[in-house]
Amino acid sequence: MSGNKIDEIKATREKWLTQRSKRKDRDINFDTVSGMPVQDIYTPEDIKGFDYLQDLGFPGEYPFTRGVQHNMYRGRLWTMRQFAGFATAEESNQRYKYLLEKGQTGLSVAFDMPTIMGYDSDHPRSLGEVGRVGVAIDSLADMETLFDGIPLDQVSTSMTTNAPASILWCMYIATGEKQGVPSEKLTGTIQNDILKEYIAQKSWIFPPEPSMRLITNIFEYAARHVPKWNTVSISGYHIREAGSTAVQELAFTLADGFAYVEAGIAAGLDVDDFAPRLSFFFNSHIDFFEEIAKYRAARRIWARRMKEKYGAKNPKSWLLRFHTQTAGCSLTAQQPENNIIRTAYEALAAVLGGTQSLHTNSMDEVLALPTEKSVQIALRTQQIIAYETGVANVIDPLAGSYFVEALTNKMEEEAEKYFAEIERRGGVLAAIDQNFFQQEIADAAYQYQRAIDKKQRIQVGVNEFINPDEQMDIEILTIDPAIERKQVEKVQKLRRDRDNIRVQETLEALRKAAEGTENMIPYILECVRAYATEGEIVQTMREVFGEYKEKPTF
Amino acid sequence: MARKIRVLVAKPGLDGHDRGARVIARALRDAGMEVVYTGLHQTPEQIVEAAIQEDVDVVGLSILSGAHMTLFPRVCELLKENDAGDIVVIGGGTIPEADVKTLKEGGWAAQLFTPGTTIETIVDWINANVKVN
Amino acid sequence: MLEVSKLIQGDKRTAAKIITLIENDEPGKHELLSQIYPYTGRAHVIGVTGAPGAGKSSLTDELIKQARKNNLKVGVIAVDPTSPISGGALLGDRIRMQEHALDKNVFIRSMGTRGCLGGLARATKDVIKVLDAYGCQVVLIETVGVGQSELDIMHYADTTLVVLTPEAGDHIQTIKAGIMEIADIFVVNKADLGNTKKMITDIEQMLDMSPRFKNGWRPPVLITSTLTQEGIAELWSTIGHHLASTSASGEHQEVVRKRLAMEVMEMVEENLRNALWNYFTVKNNLTELIDQLADRHTDPYSEAQKFVREISDKIFGKEH
Repeated sequence: MSGNKIDEIKATREKWLTQRSKRKDRDINFDTVSGMPVQDIYTPEDIKGFDYLQDLGFPGEYPFTRGVQHNMYRGRLWTMRQFAGFATAEESNQRYKYLLEKGQTGLSVAFDMPTIMGYDSDHPRSLGEVGRVGVAIDSLADMETLFDGIPLDQVSTSMTTNAPASILWCMYIATGEKQGVPSEKLTGTIQNDILKEYIAQKSWIFPPEPSMRLITNIFEYAARHVPKWNTVSISGYHIREAGSTAVQELAFTLADGFAYVEAGIAAGLDVDDFAPRLSFFFNSHIDFFEEIAKYRAARRIWARRMKEKYGAKNPKSWLLRFHTQTAGCSLTAQQPENNIIRTAYEALAAVLGGTQSLHTNSMDEVLALPTEKSVQIALRTQQIIAYETGVANVIDPLAGSYFVEALTNKMEEEAEKYFAEIERRGGVLAAIDQNFFQQEIADAAYQYQRAIDKKQRIQVGVNEFINPDEQMDIEILTIDPAIERKQVEKVQKLRRDRDNIRVQETLEALRKAAEGTENMIPYILECVRAYATEGEIVQTMREVFGEYKEKPTF
Repeated sequence: MARKIRVLVAKPGLDGHDRGARVIARALRDAGMEVVYTGLHQTPEQIVEAAIQEDVDVVGLSILSGAHMTLFPRVCELLKENDAGDIVVIGGGTIPEADVKTLKEGGWAAQLFTPGTTIETIVDWINANVKVN
Repeated sequence: MLEVSKLIQGDKRTAAKIITLIENDEPGKHELLSQIYPYTGRAHVIGVTGAPGAGKSSLTDELIKQARKNNLKVGVIAVDPTSPISGGALLGDRIRMQEHALDKNVFIRSMGTRGCLGGLARATKDVIKVLDAYGCQVVLIETVGVGQSELDIMHYADTTLVVLTPEAGDHIQTIKAGIMEIADIFVVNKADLGNTKKMITDIEQMLDMSPRFKNGWRPPVLITSTLTQEGIAELWSTIGHHLASTSASGEHQEVVRKRLAMEVMEMVEENLRNALWNYFTVKNNLTELIDQLADRHTDPYSEAQKFVREISDKIFGKEH
């Protein structure tokens, strides 16, 4: 837009303001849910330097602000991927087979807490938690059962595992071997994002340095032997759930992404060998435009950095592909039906922001594992957006909105400030050690809670529009204690029946590798093949690497 | 020096959902209490040991894993075994109405705060119900 | 109800309750402490000080492990700042030590600074006695890491560790704070994070310029990493060596004796001050006096002198 036009708009705006200022506004907080101030109106003035080709371009093309595919949802809708977990490998296996019969091609595995934390089912710390929030996997035997009768060259499997990702991934590879499927044919994703564990999700085992080594070992091994595997899903979801703002989610997640890229390069890998296999996982919170701007800014920042800073040449390395989950922390225990509406708006934001896949929360998820009915409503929400609303017919339909473009720019600017601060602190690992992320998130979470308590921010059904007689009478899923007993017996029997000399030898070889600098994946794979348990493998590495301990932040 | 209310905020279980526990810890500090935080992944035994050594007036358990029906009774029993049954046990998390009733009636928890409770409510409850002589 | 005999037998809850009583300066404190006194003077008191973020908690945790390896009973006092605004405190140092929670021979107590001038130092000295009588052979004190109270640690620790990190910048501040003079051992911690050489050279140079050393002991500079365990065992044996060496030379005993004299003097001062102030407020109508001061009818200097003369006349007689 020409300078004259801008000046004219400015002058008209001044005139408008004299009228505007006579009107009294409601006495509430107009900031975003993240506390970012927004103006009452946006005009061309707010995107003065806007350059269409440079800032947006076309979908499927650099800098990908408008989306990562040329035809976006006209070609293929986003994947409606609902995450689910079940008690034992047998039960999950039944469920997966059922889903595959119904035409689903992707599986998503949720593990129980002991598996996530690297404890076998018979460890004292596992007591009461076996099979509770996902499936219990102690050894290759369980993984074989989990995928029994499911040819691994015909499904894509997403596994939500971080600290012990290398071990569970090796179990998956070994299960493929048993089925006669070479690792080159395996497709899927491991979350494998340890940095956000230190920052927000807190399911860590080892200290950061050896954890980063395991991740670069996976990059290297995958590039050579499992080329179709997505080696890390860099996750902002948990950062947001821990109470961060949208900008913090954006900045900290991308900073983690850059840290993985730098670690890969430092390990001697070519950036284009592993960068195309990196993917992202974001939250979709309730502040509609802020979320859409966040996704658009994320794509643009990633593309620019990958190309300009890290010198990636393969356009696939520039693409920020992401999965989205609606915000669990935005749901309320009060009047849980309202959560359907919240989730719908959040899902809409994710779609308008160009997500590649989406999980919609069930209304009762804040209270318990969801019922079948509420899971169905959650899925139907996505289908209504996809097939009825028409929003998937036009690519990036909000582009050009003064507000959305200004907010996208603002998100990018604010994220850049965080990148500079992280750099000043010596990088992501140093900033973790200094508790920087943890403190920023804790502050944001505290301020948010204060705002709710003081009614500066309204949550329907919580601090306003309350149903005084409401009772929380939702059923909580009770887990049959027999499941834990059964799994404990299973792992103990395995330890009796297997070749324990071979187990000891493979674990000893792993210990030596861990003490040195070699790639550990082949050694972990050997342990797994010998039916060493997850707990034994983790313990071997723990003895070499030590255990991470959190630092107090409030 | 004036007597201060001492509270132990504990997070049992293997999950890492400590957002609530941390927000509460900070709020109680801002309300003038001394708050001991023991970190994630604590067993009932560890929690009770810390409560005794720190001589706290209140133990607050943050439980989101669904294991509240095991954890509250276990902590209470251990406190009694250690002659520390006078320490007030309260808690927060996603606890269904029926379980709240059972836990309170069984004497396993003096008060339970479910999602949506304001920080002031919790502070006021502690100030009103904890005798500091 | 709080029985010293139970404390001596190692009753945990009694120890915890007595500490609370001391912290709150409750009535009966002095009687209890006099009863406890005969059972004290045995523990090796180790102070761990240094700027926030230097890794004091992790290092303390490692020292607990070392002491336990040697089958010693350990007490820990971990101090965190009290908020000057609310008077509350977040005591989070335990997080790093929680794996010892179930060890019957480890007792950990978190304390807030409570912002009372000299109060923390007083309370800390008394809590050390409680843990000593409780049977702790080693008492570790992790200080808050900021402010003047850091320097107090030399008045109650037998061995003081000053913990620093290799990162440039923070050492200059600490030297300024005067904290360097209280060290018996310098610990350059987090060796895994950076280059320790510069830091070591700086400290050694500073030591070279020192005219004389406290207790005839030149503080060694050790490098540690709680991550890789580098230097931890050496630190523990150096701590033992410090006590043995200063005990052999008799310096340690002398310090302890001076400390005892000082303690009595402090208490005399404190009690005297309280007693005199009570007497003063009884004798004078304080509100009236302040009114007169505010209206400039009299001045604080004359009033104070008048009162002191009156007291000294009473005690020593008019001829004095």
